[in-house]
Amino acid sequence: MATTTVSQSSTTFSQSFYASLHEIAGGEKVRTCLQCGTCNGVCPYGYLMDYPPGKMVAALRAQRFERVTEADTVWMCVSCYACSEVCPVRIPLTAGLMTRAKEELLLAGNIPSELQVALENTQRYGNPLGESPRKRADWAKGVKPRVPIMSEERRPVDVLWFVGDYGSYHPRVQPVSRALANVLNALHVDFGILGAEEVSDGDSQRLAGERGLFEMLAAKNERALSQYEFKEIITGDPHAYNAFKNEYPKLGIVYPVRHYTEFLAERLDALKSLFKGEVNARVTYHDPCYLGRANDVFEAPRQLLSAIPGVELVEMPHNRTTSLCCGGGGGGMWMDGFHWEKAHTRLSEWRVREAMQVGADILAVACPYEAPRFEDATKVVPGASRLIVKDIAELLAEAMGD
Amino acid sequence: MHIVVPVKLVPDLVEELVIDPSGTTLDPDTLRLQLNEFDGHAIEQAILLKERGGGQVTVMAPDVEGVDDVLYTAAAKGADRLIKLCGNFGQSVNNHAMACAVANLIKPLQPDLVLTGVQSHSDLDGSMGPLLAAYLGFPYVGYIAGVTLSDGRAVVRKEYPGGLVAEMEVVLPAVLGIQAADQPPRYVAFTRIRQAMKTASIEEQTVEGLDVSGGPTVSRMYKPEAAARATMIEGKPDEVASRLVELFRELGVL
Amino acid sequence: MSQDIYVIIEHLRGQIADISYVLCAAARQMAAASGGNVVGLLLGHNVKDLAQDVAVDRVLAVDDPLLANFVPDVYQQVLANLISASAPRAVLFGDTSIGAELAGALSVQLGLPLVSYCRNVRADDGRLTYVSQLCGGKVMVEGELPAPTALVAMVPGGYQAEQGKSTQPPPVETVAPPALAAGRITLKQYIEPESGDVDISKEAILVSVGRGIQNADNIELVRELAEAIGGVVSASRPVVDQGWLPTTRLVGKSGKRVKPRLYLALGISGAPEHAEAITDSQTIIAVNTDASAPIFDIARYGTTLDLLDLVPVLTEKVRQAKQ
Repeated sequence: MATTTVSQSSTTFSQSFYASLHEIAGGEKVRTCLQCGTCNGVCPYGYLMDYPPGKMVAALRAQRFERVTEADTVWMCVSCYACSEVCPVRIPLTAGLMTRAKEELLLAGNIPSELQVALENTQRYGNPLGESPRKRADWAKGVKPRVPIMSEERRPVDVLWFVGDYGSYHPRVQPVSRALANVLNALHVDFGILGAEEVSDGDSQRLAGERGLFEMLAAKNERALSQYEFKEIITGDPHAYNAFKNEYPKLGIVYPVRHYTEFLAERLDALKSLFKGEVNARVTYHDPCYLGRANDVFEAPRQLLSAIPGVELVEMPHNRTTSLCCGGGGGGMWMDGFHWEKAHTRLSEWRVREAMQVGADILAVACPYEAPRFEDATKVVPGASRLIVKDIAELLAEAMGD
Repeated sequence: MHIVVPVKLVPDLVEELVIDPSGTTLDPDTLRLQLNEFDGHAIEQAILLKERGGGQVTVMAPDVEGVDDVLYTAAAKGADRLIKLCGNFGQSVNNHAMACAVANLIKPLQPDLVLTGVQSHSDLDGSMGPLLAAYLGFPYVGYIAGVTLSDGRAVVRKEYPGGLVAEMEVVLPAVLGIQAADQPPRYVAFTRIRQAMKTASIEEQTVEGLDVSGGPTVSRMYKPEAAARATMIEGKPDEVASRLVELFRELGVL
Repeated sequence: MSQDIYVIIEHLRGQIADISYVLCAAARQMAAASGGNVVGLLLGHNVKDLAQDVAVDRVLAVDDPLLANFVPDVYQQVLANLISASAPRAVLFGDTSIGAELAGALSVQLGLPLVSYCRNVRADDGRLTYVSQLCGGKVMVEGELPAPTALVAMVPGGYQAEQGKSTQPPPVETVAPPALAAGRITLKQYIEPESGDVDISKEAILVSVGRGIQNADNIELVRELAEAIGGVVSASRPVVDQGWLPTTRLVGKSGKRVKPRLYLALGISGAPEHAEAITDSQTIIAVNTDASAPIFDIARYGTTLDLLDLVPVLTEKVRQAKQ
C-alpha cells in the first residue's frame, strides 16, 4: 500500500493533507487537538522547529500547510515518540503527522543532502551505509562455532536472527553482533542469519519520509524469509523490531518477533549459570525510543543487567517512557551535519551528561545506533571520557568470560 | 530544445573487483554495474535546462544489467523519452565502437544538445563525449560545470586545474562533457520511480555494426602491486597518534 | 611514417602545465626504444620562448593569434595537420581538460587508436607496451601500444616531472599554421578563482579531507589539527562539491597540483583524479578505514583508523609536542 501523493486539485493542499492523515490508524484524532502545546515543549528539538507538531496542526487548520513543506526544520524531527507519548488526546503525532509531513517534503525535493546519500545508498545497496551487500555477513568471520547462514544451512532453525544494517556493517556495532552470537552459542540456541539476503528493515527510512523505499525493502526481506523455516525472529535492532512488529504486518508480512533482550530474559537462569566473572560497575540503562516508548519493552533489558554479578543498576532522571532520544531516529542517524548546523548541540551529549550525573561507570544500550553515538559524545562532553558505552550483549558476553 | 543524454554503466567500485581467469577482463559474474557518476550529472543538467527553458530530454543507455532502473529513475526525474540500446555488449566493446553506433542512432533524433558525463573510470580508449561529437560532426567542450542556453548557442563554464574557469560559447548542436551539473543530482523518491515504471515506456533500439577493431587490446589485467604500499601503523588512536607525532618530527614538520 | 614520439606541450596562460614534463619523461623512454626523436608540439601565440626546460629533442612551435588561448576545435585543426603529415610512432597528450578532448577528437578524425588513463609505457625488446589504470586505480591493464601511430592520453603518477625537465633549451622550429578559421567554439572570458584565500600549491603542510569526513561540522576537527601542526586544510572533490570548503582548496584534476613536505590525506580514497595531483608531495600519510583504498598505494605511511577517532587525539598530541 503506497501512501498516495497529495494532489493539487480543487481541494487545497492543507485539506488533502488533512484528509490523508485519516488513512493512518488513529489519524482522525487530529481533529481533537486541544492546542495544549505539550508536544512542542517535550520535543527535544521543538525549540528549533518552525512547525513542531502542535504548530503544524495549527498551520493545517489555518490552511497554510504549504509553509510547513517550505521550511526545512521538519527534518529536525528524530521520530522519538516523545510528543506522541505526552499527547493528552493520543494523536499519532510521530507515526502520522510528522512522518506524513516528511513524505511531502521528500516528494517536493526538500531534503538534506546527507539524507539523500543514505537513501540513495539504501536504494542501491539495501543499506544506508553504502556497503557491499555481499559483505553483509562479514562481521561473523571468526565467530566460533560459526554463525549459520540460512542459504547455506538449508534446514529449519528455531530462531532467525535479523542482524540489521549497523550490526552488520558499523565497525563499533559489529563487535556487539559478535558478542550476541557468542551468547547465543553459549546458550546452545539453534539460530541462523540471512547474510547477504538480508536488506535494511527500512523503518528509519520510512520515518524519514521514504515510504516507497520501505515497502520495497520489506518485500525483499519477505522474499528471503519466506524460503526458510524458523519459529521466531529475534533482532538487536529496535528499529527492525518495530518494523517486524508493527509495520510489516500491515503489508501482510507476519512473523513473531522479539528483541534479543526479551529472548534472553526468558533464559535468565541458564544465563546466570554461564557467568564466570563479575562486572563491578555502576551501570545505567538508556531506553531506546523504539524498544521503550514505541513498544513498551522496559523490563527485560533491566532484568539482564541486574542479573550480571557485580552490576549496580542506577536510573537516570529520564528513563522508561521519558527516555531521551540519542538523536539517531527518523533519519537523524544520517543527518548529523544538518542537525549540528541547526542546533549546535547533540542530543547524545545531553544523555551522556545525565549518565555522568548519576555517577555511572557504564552507559548500557540496546540499540545499534547508540553505541557509536554515545561513544562519540563521551569524547566531547567534559569529563565524560571515563564513561564506558556498552551494549547489553557485550556486557553479558564479558560476564561469561568472553 | 531537444537534449539527448547517452549514458554508460560502469563497474561499481563498492564491490570487490575480481579479475576473470582469462586475465584480461573483469569477472562478469561478480561484476555489478552502476550509472557512471558524471552521467548522473549530465542527466541532471539536461533536466535543469528543460525546467528552465522547456524542451525534451531523451536518455539512452546500453542494455546491460541494471539499465531499466537507470532509465526509470531518469524518467522519474523528468526525462521524457527512454531508449534502451540492444546489442551484444561484452566488455570488449570499446567507446569508439559504442560512440560510432550511438551517433548513428542520435542523428535521426536531430538533437540541439547532447550531454554526456565528462569521463568514466573505465574509458580505456577515451571518454564518450569527444568521440561522439566527432562521429556526429558536432563541436565538443568538456569539463563543464555550468550551462546556459540562448539563441542557438550554449554558454558553458569549462574548468581548468587550479580553479580557473573559461567561459566558452558553443554553436548548437553540440556535445558537452559535464563535470558537474549546476545543482547536485536531485533525490527521487522511490514511489516516483515505481510510478515511472508503470507509466513510462522504454523503447528498444538495436545497435548494429559494433566495430571494435583498431582499438587498444588488453593482454593483461591485474590489481596494482602491493609492494609499493604504505607502511601501516596499527594500534588504538592514542598509539597511532603518538607514532604520527614521531613521524612529523622525523620529517621536520614539527 | 617515423619512429618519433610527439608530445603536446600543454600550457595555460603563459605557464607550462606540470603534466607536460611527465609526458616528456615518458616520451624519452619510448624514443629510446623506438629509435626516434622526442618532438614537442607547442601551439599558441608568442610562445616560442616558453618551452625552455622541456626535455625534448626539438620543439615545433605553431604561432598564430587564433591559438593564443585553448579553443578545442581550432587546436584540433592544427594538430590534425601536423600528425597526419609526419605519422609519428605516438602522440602523447595529458589526460586533462585540454588533452583529453583533443586526443578523442583527433582519434576519430584521423582514424588513429587512442589509449587513455595511461600511467606508464614499457619497452620490451623494442616493443612498446602501454600500462593504464582503470576503475579508479583499482585495476591495471596493459597491452601492446597500437601501431603504426598511437594517440596516448597520460595521467601522472608513472613518471616524476623532474625526469622530463632539461637545463638545455631545445631547438625551436616555428611552423606556419594552416589557414585557420575560427570554429564553432569561442572563448568569451576567463573567470578567476576566488582570490584572497591561501594558495595550497605553495603550502608546506596540507591536511586534506575527503568523503570520509562525513559531514560539514567535522571539517572543524580537521581545521584544528591543521592549525596545531601549522598547515592548511585542503580537500578532494566530494568535499568541495558539497560546498564544505571553497574551490581554492581543491586538490586534484580540476583543482590544484600540490607539492607539500607533508600531505596528510584524511578519508581520501585516492582516485586517480586526486592521486595525480599529489604525487610530488614529499611524504604522504593516509588515514582511511578501507584498507584496500588506492591512497595506500601512493602513501608512505597509513592507518585504517577512522579519521574521526584519530584526529582529535592527534591534534592534542601535536599541541603537547609543540609546548
